[in-house]
Amino acid sequence: MCLGVPGKVVRWIDRDPLFARAEIEFGAVRRVCHMACVLEAEVDEYVIVHAGIAIARIRADEAQRLLSELSAIAQDGSDDLAGDDSHEIR
Amino acid sequence: MRFVDEYRDPDLANALIQQIRSVATRRWTVMEVCGGQTHSLLRHGIDEALSDCVELIHGPGCPVCVTPAEAIDFAIGLSLEPGVLVASFGDMLRVPGSNRSLLSARADGGSVRIVYSPLDAVEIARQNVDRQVVFFAVGFETTAPSTALAVLQADRLGLENFSVLTAHVRVLPAMHAILRDPHCRVQGFLAAGHVCTVMGFRQYEELATAFRVPIVVTGFEPVDLLAGLLETVRQLEAGECRVVNGYHRAVEDEGNAQARGIVDRVYSVADAAWRGLGVIPGGGLVLRPQWSRFDAFQRFPLNRVMMSAPQPECRSGDVLTGRIRPSECPEFGVRCRPESPLGAPMVSSEGACAAYYRYRHTEPRAQS
Ligand code: SF4
Repeated sequence: MCLGVPGKVVRWIDRDPLFARAEIEFGAVRRVCHMACVLEAEVDEYVIVHAGIAIARIRADEAQRLLSELSAIAQDGSDDLAGDDSHEIR
Repeated sequence: MRFVDEYRDPDLANALIQQIRSVATRRWTVMEVCGGQTHSLLRHGIDEALSDCVELIHGPGCPVCVTPAEAIDFAIGLSLEPGVLVASFGDMLRVPGSNRSLLSARADGGSVRIVYSPLDAVEIARQNVDRQVVFFAVGFETTAPSTALAVLQADRLGLENFSVLTAHVRVLPAMHAILRDPHCRVQGFLAAGHVCTVMGFRQYEELATAFRVPIVVTGFEPVDLLAGLLETVRQLEAGECRVVNGYHRAVEDEGNAQARGIVDRVYSVADAAWRGLGVIPGGGLVLRPQWSRFDAFQRFPLNRVMMSAPQPECRSGDVLTGRIRPSECPEFGVRCRPESPLGAPMVSSEGACAAYYRYRHTEPRAQS
């Protein structure tokens, strides 16, 4: 229900505060989504779309920071991984 | 897909699992609040991979599951009225009310339409001025902005044939209710990331302090969930109870002010009945008086008497508060299956019972 899908803003269609819409690209699919909650989003930026409206802008720098931090953790813990594959996730 | 695939990296996920197992000195009990998180945890086998150090119990975050039977009965009644069309999300159609679902009402000639967004229902109303279009609005704070926007759009368009049957619920009061339960076993929470994109996470600080539980905001991909669990377990081991944002890429401290502003213009907070959980103070949203002309309850004075007693054998209240696991319900996989659900958690794509049936069920349970 609270499923949100990240998509890239391709083109603004309408910037009226109530009827704001933009074309959003989700992988190979494009869809027109409502943008009243992310009026400042820019073309090429990513947003999270839920129930037809974009509810948040994705901050690419924060996304990268988390992945770098986690990769560092993974490096630290890599010794523990040796020989143990019994808890593989799918 | 960008911002998805990176968070499904198996090497990173397995490294995080090892980290959690090396940090944990005992088994901790953590509740993930959102049904989307439940499905992801089960689908990727995270619950099993961590079973020796984290017991995951599944929270109330399936809005379809907590929508009261009376609201569904009312929607069914409306769909059978001449000239009325009821629109809602696909999940909502299969959930049984007191004795039937919207889908079965449709089979009997009821006018019911699946929409992807409340704004699609506005469009249907615009194109069908001779019909009354009612949007059956369910969902948490993630979904409320879209319904509120639908009301504002309908107002601007001057639509007199659009209304909303509101059953929106709020997450924070439900977490409160769970923690207040004397039998509560929750030691830490993974908070629902998409609710927080709208609401922010400052709202949890009081709760974390009052009940001494760490609350970590997380996303929905395996790496997000594991990073959230690592943070939760670290805090539990250290005796801490802080609110931490693990979903920085989408969640700001105060949430999305534009989205919250839209919701606040249209809705106010009210007590609400949750299916299986009873009335939760401040647990829902109601249209503000100036929008009452869009309130389906007021527009259609249908007889709101329950059609029959609800299914007594469904243990959804216990499942939604984490008191039992879906597989501990005696009806699970026996009389209750996705094709013949006894309760909403077996129907909804986010229901915990449906998740267990899909990812953990093999044979019907032996009768003991
Ligand atoms: S298994 Fe079916 S009957 Fe049991 S709690 Fe879940 S939905 Fe209700």
